[in-house]
Amino acid sequence: MLASLEGAVTAAVLALTAVGLSLVFGIMRVVNVAHGEFFMLGAVLAWWVSSWFGGHVAIGFVAALVIAPMLVGAVAALADVTILKRIDYDPERTIVVTIGLLYVIQQVVLMTYGPEARPVEPPFNTRLALPWFEWGENGLQLYWPWGLSTTSYKLFVIAAAAVVLEAVWLLMRHTKMGLVMRATQLDGEMAQVFGIPVERVYAFTFGLGAGLAALGAVLIVPIQQAHYLMGGDPLLLSFIVVIIGGLGSLPGTVVAALLIGMSDGIISVFFSPTLAKILATLLVALVLVFRPQGLFGTRTA
Amino acid sequence: MLELKGISTGYGQAQVLREVSLDVQAGEIHCLLGRNGAGKTTTMKAIAGVLPLWSGEIVLDGEGIGALPAHKVGRTGVGYIPQGRRLFGELTVAQNLEIGLMTRRSGPAVRERVLDLFPRLRERLTQRAQTLSGGEQQMLATARALCVEPKVLLLDEPTEGLQPSMIDAIREVIVRLRSEGVAILLVEQRVDAVLNVADRVTFLENGHARETWAAEDLRGQHVVIDRYLGV
Repeated sequence: MLASLEGAVTAAVLALTAVGLSLVFGIMRVVNVAHGEFFMLGAVLAWWVSSWFGGHVAIGFVAALVIAPMLVGAVAALADVTILKRIDYDPERTIVVTIGLLYVIQQVVLMTYGPEARPVEPPFNTRLALPWFEWGENGLQLYWPWGLSTTSYKLFVIAAAAVVLEAVWLLMRHTKMGLVMRATQLDGEMAQVFGIPVERVYAFTFGLGAGLAALGAVLIVPIQQAHYLMGGDPLLLSFIVVIIGGLGSLPGTVVAALLIGMSDGIISVFFSPTLAKILATLLVALVLVFRPQGLFGTRTA
Repeated sequence: MLELKGISTGYGQAQVLREVSLDVQAGEIHCLLGRNGAGKTTTMKAIAGVLPLWSGEIVLDGEGIGALPAHKVGRTGVGYIPQGRRLFGELTVAQNLEIGLMTRRSGPAVRERVLDLFPRLRERLTQRAQTLSGGEQQMLATARALCVEPKVLLLDEPTEGLQPSMIDAIREVIVRLRSEGVAILLVEQRVDAVLNVADRVTFLENGHARETWAAEDLRGQHVVIDRYLGV
């Protein structure tokens, strides 16, 4: 129970990050190796913004929740226009370029923010005890053992991620912007013929993808602390999730994030985090062997 | 209406078009004929703006459109029906039309008029484009281009792989558009079909525009046709 709640928090943040990666790959065919650094940048900016705002911690946190993803999105859109566009989104060169971007962002953060891990205070953090069922003398009994608890903040993270994912889904399925993005994904050249400014769609998509990663990071930073090297794990896990879920498939990405996040949480609690990573990677290998298009992919890319 | 002034272009290093000049008047069907690789589709792509020009200029209604970025060409009133249709396959019929309408912010009246031309599409608005039959897909590709309210319509092999009844339906629409004053540039393989609808014919060979004939003068001129199309 506790393990699955921890897993759900991981899964929620992972789903946000992976959906960002999946959008960028699906629409732009860009493998964004710097995605984890956008995540880290979100966390670091969250610390900056929340310490900038005095007063109640909630004010700082809400400000971070709004400002950090937007700033990160703007940085990403700028990177798209100034770098990715210049190399014509060539598949191999985008990989090299985003690796470069990874180091640039990482080192700039190290030079300015420093090597320390810094926490952001959660806006609310009530301890919620969880009930446990046991057969006793009087039949089924409920009691609240010490140590078995979660916090209201963790539940908030799960709910917030669900709301944001729902919003992304609505954006893609029911708005003009979503229609334009999907048309660009399906046939960029024909999209241009029908007046769609593909370059701007790309910049927006890259910004949106990075912004989602940053949002995930802002949500997790009261639990995990912000550190300049924190981008590695989310990057690896996002790739795992996106491959298992099927490249470019949003529902697949969310389901795979739940699968990986939950199993990561549960296995980490009962065994070790390393074992969890090993199993996740093994799962990727199996998916690639037996279902290369991913669980929800419709065709091979 | 539409004029190509010595345009040259190609893919990467390979030049395909060499100083091609031709013009299409309003209310005219102008057909491009030539062997495979002569540059017919490349000409279409150059006009639609998806292939940047190396030199030359394209003039529409007195306005140079050759240097515009691809997404602005459609907004000047160029409707493109590409070879192989290239619909947005995972989107529905209605969504494909909506993208066409967005090009020049056309209103619902345009949509109604287009759907009146192709009543079969009206019955299938919520169906995904890739599940349509070949003929219906061609109708949708045409309808999508008409949503732009084109001054110039570029039609690249519209009857390829269709059954005769569909070919007739498509031709009927093309002839009707001509009578409404649209300038139509048509690429077509079947010479007999061309001579029945076209007003003028230009022969392309190795990226050069060789000769332009009035279609009625070309009937019976097998020597000319064989020179550019014969194997």
